[in-house]
Amino acid sequence: MKNLLLLGDEAIAQAALDAGLSGMYAYPGTPSTEIMEYIQSSEQAEERNVHREWSANEKTAMEAALGMSYCGKRAMVAMKHVGLNVAADPFINSAMTGVNGGLIVVSADDPSMHSSQNEQDSRFYAKFANVPCFEPSDQQEAYEMIFDAFELSEKYKLPVLFRITTRLAHSRASVSLREPMPEKKLSLPADPVQFVLLPAIARKKYKYLIDAFEKLRYEIRLSKYNSFKDGSNRDMGIIACGIAYNYLIENIGSSNHEYPVLKLSGYPFPKDLIKDITGRCKSVLILEEGAPMVEESLRGLLDDGIKIYGRMDGTVPRDGELNPTIVAKSLGMETSFGSEVPSLVKSRPPSFCKGCGHADMFNALIDALKFYKTGSVFADIGCYTLGALPPYNSINSCVDMGASVTMAVGAADAGLFPSVSVIGDSTFTHSGMTGLLDAVVKGSSVTIIISDNSTTGMTGGQDSHATGRLEQICSGLGVDEKHIRLIIPLRKNHEENVLIMREEFEHRGVSVIIAQRECIQTATKKKRAVTSNR
Amino acid sequence: MKTDIIISGVGGQGILSIAATIGLAAVANKLYLKQSEVHGMSQRGGDVQSHFRLSDKPIASDLIPYGKADIIISVEPMESLRYLPWLSKNGWIVTNSVPMVNIPDYPAAEDIINEIKKIKNHIIIDADSIAKEAGSSKAGNIVILGAASPFIQMPYSSLEDAIRKLFGKKGEEIVEINLKALKAGREASGK
Ligand SMILES: Cc1ncc(C[n+]2csc(CCOP(=O)(O)OP(=O)(O)O)c2C)c(N)n1
Repeated sequence: MKNLLLLGDEAIAQAALDAGLSGMYAYPGTPSTEIMEYIQSSEQAEERNVHREWSANEKTAMEAALGMSYCGKRAMVAMKHVGLNVAADPFINSAMTGVNGGLIVVSADDPSMHSSQNEQDSRFYAKFANVPCFEPSDQQEAYEMIFDAFELSEKYKLPVLFRITTRLAHSRASVSLREPMPEKKLSLPADPVQFVLLPAIARKKYKYLIDAFEKLRYEIRLSKYNSFKDGSNRDMGIIACGIAYNYLIENIGSSNHEYPVLKLSGYPFPKDLIKDITGRCKSVLILEEGAPMVEESLRGLLDDGIKIYGRMDGTVPRDGELNPTIVAKSLGMETSFGSEVPSLVKSRPPSFCKGCGHADMFNALIDALKFYKTGSVFADIGCYTLGALPPYNSINSCVDMGASVTMAVGAADAGLFPSVSVIGDSTFTHSGMTGLLDAVVKGSSVTIIISDNSTTGMTGGQDSHATGRLEQICSGLGVDEKHIRLIIPLRKNHEENVLIMREEFEHRGVSVIIAQRECIQTATKKKRAVTSNR
Repeated sequence: MKTDIIISGVGGQGILSIAATIGLAAVANKLYLKQSEVHGMSQRGGDVQSHFRLSDKPIASDLIPYGKADIIISVEPMESLRYLPWLSKNGWIVTNSVPMVNIPDYPAAEDIINEIKKIKNHIIIDADSIAKEAGSSKAGNIVILGAASPFIQMPYSSLEDAIRKLFGKKGEEIVEINLKALKAGREASGK
């Protein structure tokens, strides 16, 4: 069969296509972005016309995927971990409605926060929603597991959470592929009220969900991705989940282990397998990427069972991504080290590209704010968050997608003046519009600067839903057209832009300033594409 | 056989092309490989690195343990030093000498070179000039790959084939420039 060199993200995408996927839904977010990007550039997806367009945000993506599943077709939705917070409402309720066609929700966690605001562990969402969760350890397993996840989803009519972490998402290895399966035919749910969560129906559905739980535990227990290898030394057993298993094997090899090793691959955690290893060992070491979820459930509140080593007792660091050296240390093995980084090496944070409009927008904003003693800039998530770094040092917050608008509203409520929001175009259509409606309805004194580079820059330049629609959206939401101002953030317009910003700060009501200049990266890419087509 | 490589540089300098070239060659040689990349925020002019592992046996970890890298291939001199904790005692540093200055406190270039020279096995070349001579200032990454090629346990011709494959879509001229860059880098390494 065919072999391809694939990122973990790409292996998941290719597997979904080979498993007869009909619809892929996503909003970009590191480290999950490449799943959708792979499907968008796949000939296989094009031939079959698999749905593969970006959604406005993770919630709309999740709901659209549920609609695809309602029609009996296989659907997948992908997002970064914090995206699942945005999609939490449909996600939790999709466990209540259940699915029709197989539905996989991929959530990519980012331990060590390489490109994120936090390192939340998506497995907790599986517990929260009462749904199964798969966690692959490598690229081939990620590929294989997608087929099983679709099957399990259809067998129990439940969505399946598919949890990966940055390292697997963004590491490439050879993956051997299966023969592609055909898509499912359109078929509506047998039960006409399956998706109608009126209390009387929801109560019944919840009982089903609770009843299914132990069956799911049994399914996960039978999963071929778990493994147990006995060892000669029963002083300690090792339980390793997902990618942590690879770091373990890197250190102890794949055979002739000293300690018994149990590899786990999903949730609900298979109690029998865990009991088997804890029963034969005096203690157990738990290796898992992210939060100590297996560890916490083994310890329980009383923690009076066998001795447990893991993140909670400091054997493994409490936070941050694992690596083979950390795992070696937790095993008490000798580790090697090259040499210290010389002190002259300076940190090199990301920065605005040369020719970035965000930079000129910030320069104008800094000068406009010089006329005020108080005042804060609530910023948002995207390339423009780099306005936090020197020499700009010009933002006071970055919390979650859309929060700049609503925090500015709350601060204006508290009497702050001027209360300024800086938000990117894609972030605005993701979660800023509803906040702007709040501001309009209340007549808040806020100035919303939409720094519009006409792309989703931070994640690599995906199309932005906002492109060409911003003025219309803002006036549609009720912003007075006199206070929707368009500026071009270029150095030559600096004085004029400062003036416009000051005018709008002084307006006691909602103002929107759209600072429009195409992202230098996407502009260059387009230019290159044009010349190479010639 | 096993080669563990750290490829380093600054976002935008083309370290993923180095990785892709070695990757294609590894597949042609039927070797196992794992290649961990940086996508996301750091690609905006921040420090970026790729852990590249090659072996004739299956590879478990996507990451190289500290002290186990056989080579650091760096497109930027200061960045080559950032990964010293990973370099094995007998490992090699192969680096460009031309700094990429995009931070205000970038150290003196001379001090960086002196620091690199403290590592027993080092090759420092001006990849930018060599690339220009080969026909494109953009091919510095491939020059560095050429300089590191003697330490990558694969036939040199398989790297050339990989370049043909990788740059084939961009036309014969680009392929030739990169083949020239690879060769010039290899010669400059003096190995
Ligand atoms: C809920 C959520 N989804 C996705 C992301 C990932 N993310 C961070 S910034 C960004 C893009 C922002 O695009 P835009 O607002 O247009 O700003 P730009 O980067 O183009 O300046 C995305 C998708 C996130 N941090 N949180």
